[in-house]
Amino acid sequence: MKNWFTWRSGAQRRGPLVNASTLKNTFDRRAFVIGGVQGGIAVLLAVRMGYIAIAENEKYQLESESNRVNLTLIPPRRGWILDRNGAPLASNRADFRVDVIPERLADPDAMIDQLGELLELEPDRVADIKLEIASASGFAPVEVASGLDYEQFAALSVRLPDMQGVVPQRGFSRFYPTGSSVGHLIGYVGPASAEEFDEDPNPLLVTPGYKIGKDGLEKQFEEELRGVPGARRVEVTAGGRIIRNLETREDIQGDPVRLTIDGPLQDYAARRIGLESGSVVVLDCEKGDILCMASMPSFDPNSFSDGIGSVEYAMLREDQRVPLRNKVLKGLYPPGSTVKPMHCMAFLRAGVSPSDAITCGGGRRIGNRFFNCWSNHGRVDMAKAIYQSCDSYFYHFAQQIGFDAVAEMAKTCGMGEQFDLPVTSQFYGTVPTAEWKFDKFGQEWQPYDTVNASIGQGYYLASPLQLAVSAARLATGRHVKPRLDLGTPPSGFDQVDFPDDHVRLVRQAMSDVVNGPGTAGRGRLPLEDTQMAGKTGTAQVVSLSVSDGRSGPWKYRDHGLFTFFAPTDKPRYAGAVVIEHGGGSGAAYPIARDVMTFMFDPAKGLELLKALEEQWGGTAQERLDQRYAAYATAQGASVPPTRRRDEAIFDRVEAEARLDAQRSEQIAGGFVAPRPAANPSEPPPSDMTTPPAERGAVE
Amino acid sequence: MNTFARNGIIPTPIANQPWGMLIPLFALVAFGAAVLYSAAGGSWDPYASSHLIRFLVFLFMSAVITAFPRALVRFMAYPVYVIVLLLLLAVEVIGQVQGGSQRWLDLGFMVLQPSEIMKPVIIVVLAHYFSSLPVGLITSWRALLVPGALIGFPVALVLLQPDLGTSLAILFGGGIVMLLAGLPLRWFVLAGLAAAAIAPLAFFFGLQEYQQRRVLTMFDPEADPLGAGYHITQSKIAIGSGGLFGKGFNNGSQSHLQYLPEPHTDFVFATMAEEWGLVGGLFVIAIFTIILRWGLRVAARSQDRFAALLAGGMAATIFFYIAVNLLMVMGMAPVVGIPLPFMSHGGSSMLTNMICIGALMMVDRWNRNAPRSGLAN
Repeated sequence: MKNWFTWRSGAQRRGPLVNASTLKNTFDRRAFVIGGVQGGIAVLLAVRMGYIAIAENEKYQLESESNRVNLTLIPPRRGWILDRNGAPLASNRADFRVDVIPERLADPDAMIDQLGELLELEPDRVADIKLEIASASGFAPVEVASGLDYEQFAALSVRLPDMQGVVPQRGFSRFYPTGSSVGHLIGYVGPASAEEFDEDPNPLLVTPGYKIGKDGLEKQFEEELRGVPGARRVEVTAGGRIIRNLETREDIQGDPVRLTIDGPLQDYAARRIGLESGSVVVLDCEKGDILCMASMPSFDPNSFSDGIGSVEYAMLREDQRVPLRNKVLKGLYPPGSTVKPMHCMAFLRAGVSPSDAITCGGGRRIGNRFFNCWSNHGRVDMAKAIYQSCDSYFYHFAQQIGFDAVAEMAKTCGMGEQFDLPVTSQFYGTVPTAEWKFDKFGQEWQPYDTVNASIGQGYYLASPLQLAVSAARLATGRHVKPRLDLGTPPSGFDQVDFPDDHVRLVRQAMSDVVNGPGTAGRGRLPLEDTQMAGKTGTAQVVSLSVSDGRSGPWKYRDHGLFTFFAPTDKPRYAGAVVIEHGGGSGAAYPIARDVMTFMFDPAKGLELLKALEEQWGGTAQERLDQRYAAYATAQGASVPPTRRRDEAIFDRVEAEARLDAQRSEQIAGGFVAPRPAANPSEPPPSDMTTPPAERGAVE
Repeated sequence: MNTFARNGIIPTPIANQPWGMLIPLFALVAFGAAVLYSAAGGSWDPYASSHLIRFLVFLFMSAVITAFPRALVRFMAYPVYVIVLLLLLAVEVIGQVQGGSQRWLDLGFMVLQPSEIMKPVIIVVLAHYFSSLPVGLITSWRALLVPGALIGFPVALVLLQPDLGTSLAILFGGGIVMLLAGLPLRWFVLAGLAAAAIAPLAFFFGLQEYQQRRVLTMFDPEADPLGAGYHITQSKIAIGSGGLFGKGFNNGSQSHLQYLPEPHTDFVFATMAEEWGLVGGLFVIAIFTIILRWGLRVAARSQDRFAALLAGGMAATIFFYIAVNLLMVMGMAPVVGIPLPFMSHGGSSMLTNMICIGALMMVDRWNRNAPRSGLAN
C-alpha cells in the first residue's frame, strides 16, 4: 500500500500531472484505503472482543464473581472454660467491636484520630493503636475498641462509607467473670501474631475479631476451644457497601473445657491473699483434683484480652510483686520447715523410732560444729519435732541417715517433680544432693549442706504446687497425682507411699501444729467439728546480717509458708499457701485457715473475707482497677507507647522468675542460721496491715 | 437506489431519506437507551430518557443541517470557524481568571463545549479551503501551511485545557481531510516519522502525570490493578464475563455494583457487553460499520470536491470516536475520555456526532439533487 502511494508522489515530482481528474482518482483510492483500514479495525475489534468474551470468558467470569461476592469468615465462638461444677471461668459475651485493617487505611494516623474522637478513646490507647498499626503486617487486623455501646456503634456504622479499612462488627468477646482471680490460671486471648500466622496460615487467624489463646489454659486448650468458623457470602459494591446476603453458614462453637477448679474457691483464695504477694493451692485428696491455684497479685485477663495497654503493662512491670508471674507454677521458694513432716517419713523408713529423742540445747553439734536452732526445745521426739518445728532434731537425724535418703523421700513426695498438667510451663525446683551439688558447683557436699537441707533451706527449692502435692501425699499415704482437666482419670491412688502407722503419726503431729501445742495455734478452724492439720515454714532469703527477716526492705523479708490438710482424721483437702516476703509463716497460715473455713462453711468464710477487704479497700479486682486509675493519672502521660510481643512479655517474666529463684542460693554457701526471732507462731509484724504499696516505698 | 421511491407508495421526500443508515442508527440509539436504562439500575432516569430526548432534538438539528444549501455552508465556513476559535479562547481566558481548567461555557440555557463544535467545523473549513485551492497548488507549501495553521490554533487551545482526546480528534479529522485532498503522501510519512520522534519527548514533557500513567497502564493493566489500571481491568472483566450471550438485561454486576467506572459514558460498551455478550458487541460493531460505510459511500458519490472532502472528513470524525473508544474499553488504547457515539450518555458528543450525521445527510441530498454534474464548482 505504501509503494502504491509512493509511486503517486514520485509521479508528481516527475511533472505537473496534478489535475482535477488525478485528484479525484487520489481521493477515491485514499477513501478506499481509509474504508479498508476502518473495516480492518472493525474486524480487529470483533476478534479482540471474541477473544476476551469467549476464550478468556472463564477467567473474567471468575474475576467478576470475586468482585461481586465477598466471603467473610464469622469467627467461631470460643468454647467456655468451666469449673468443676459447670460454672464458667471464661465465657463469651456479645459486644460491638471495631477493628482496622492497616493495609486498607489511606491515612492511618488521621483515621485513628477520627476513630479515637468518635469512640472517646483515651490518648494512651490512641498512641498504642498507632504504634501497633505502624508495625502491623499485611492483612492482620488491629483492634481499636471492643465493648462499644450501641450508640457508638451506630455512629460509626453511619460514617462507614468514608472509612475504608475500618471494620465494625457485632461479635463475641471473651469474658472472665472473676477477672484477675483466674488471670494466671486461665491466661487470656489476643489476636494472632505474625509468627503464629506464619506457622498456621489459616485465614481465620487474620479475621477481624478472632483471637487465640495467648497464655495459660486458653493457650493450652486452644484446639478444643477454637471451634469451626462460619462464613457469610455477601454481594458488595466496589465501595464495600453490602447489597445483600447470599448465604450464611453459622459458626460452630468450640468445645467447652471442664476443669477440676472450684470457681468460688479459686476466687475466694485469690481475694484472701489480699495485699500480699503469694499463692494458694488446694487439692482434693480423693482424686487429686486441683481445686484452686491462685496466684496474686495478678493481671485482669479481661483487659489483657482487649490488648495489653502500654500504661497497664508499665504498671504491672514496675510492681515488685510481679503480677505477671504465675507463682503457683513458676514461684520457687526454699520450703523451710514445711519439709519437716516429709523428712520424718524418711527417718521412719530408715528405721528411726518415733520415740527416739534428742536434746535440743538451742542447737545441736553436728561433726565438730554447733548449729543453732531457732529456740531451745529441750527433749524432742519426732512428734514434738514436727509441732514445735525443732531444727536440732532434723540436723541430727538427717546427719544420721544421710541426706541422700531424705532427698529420695522428698522426691517421692513430689519435690523436684514436674506434674503431667496442661500448663504452659512449670518450674521443678531443687532437691539438693551431693551429686547435684557437685554437678552444678563442682563442690563437695558439706555437713552444713545437710543441716541447711534438713530444714528446707540452702539449695532446696520448691513450688507451691509441689508443696501442696507433698501435703496430699503425706495426708493420704498415696501417690496422689494432681489433675486439672476433669476429663483425665485420677491416678496414683493405687500406689501406696507410706504405711498407715507412719501416716497416722505424721497426721497427728501436724494436727498438733494447729490444734495442739504447735507453732500455728491461731490457725485453728473456727468450726466445731472440723480440724485442720498443717506445718508452718519460714524461708530466709538473705543472711541474718542483712535483715532480721520481719521488717525492713520487703524483698529481704522471710517467705511465709504453710502446708495443710483437713479434716485431720480423714483428709479430704490438702494444700499449700506461700506468701512471698510475708515475714514468716504467720503471714501464710491464717490464709490457709480462712480458705479451709470457706471450703467447709462458705458463709463464714465470706464473712471473714468481707471484714478484711473493707480494711484493704475492696476486692482484688477493685483494688487493681483503682491502682490502674491512680497510676494512669500519675504516670500515664510519661509512659511512652511501646510495641511488645505477647510472647516476649512472658519469656521475660519466666526468665526473671528463674533469676529470682536462684537468689536464695546466694546464702546457701554456708549455714543458714535460723533466727531466734523467727518464731512462726508469733503474730505477723505490726506493719503487715499497711498496704504493700506504702511498704514498698520504704526501699 | 431507493425502492420505496420507485414504487411510489411512500411520498418522495420521506422515501428519499437514507434509510439504510437511519434505521440502523435508530436501532443503535434505542439499544444505547436500553443499556443506559440498565446502567441507571433499571430506570429511565437519569440517563436513558435524556439520551432519547437529546437524540430527537439533535435529529431535528440534523434535518435542518440537511437542508443547508452548498453555498451557505461554504459562505459560513470561515466565520463560524473564527467564532468557535474565539469561544475556545474565551474558555481559556475564563479558566485562567477563575483558576483551574475549564472546558465549557455556561450559556444559561445550555452548557457549551466549544472544542466539540470545533471537530465538525475544522472539517468544513478545510474542505472549503482545499476545494477552493487551485488544483496545481495541491503539492505546494500553501496546501500545507494554511491548513496547518487552521488545525494548529484550535489544537493548541484544546491542548491547553488540557484535553488530549479532543485535540487528537481535531488533528485526526483535519489530517484525514488533508489526506483525501491529495496532499503528497511523503508529507504524511514525514509527519508520521516526526511524530514518532517527538512522541517520547511529548510523553515525558507534554503529558500530565495521570496521562502518562494511563498510557503505561495500557501495556500492563495488572501492574497497578487498583490505581491507573483499574479502569481497563474492570472493563475487560465486564466484557469477558459477559461471554457469548451476556448475563442478561439488567443483570450486569460489574456496572450495577459500581466496579466499572463511568458505566454510562466512556465505558458504556463494557456495560452493554456484560449484559448482552459477544452477540451484543457484534451487533454494535456491525451497525457502526454500516454507518461508516454509508458515510464513505456518500463521500465517494459526491460530485464535487468540497462535498467529497466534507463527507469523508465527517465520516472520519465519527470513526475516530468509535475506534478510540472501543480500543480503549478492550484494553488496546490508553484511557482517554472519549465517549462512544450514539450510545454514551452525554450531550456534547451527541451534538458533535449528530452534526456529522447531519452534514453527511446534507451531502447525500446534494448528491441526489445534482446527479452527475461536473467537478467544477
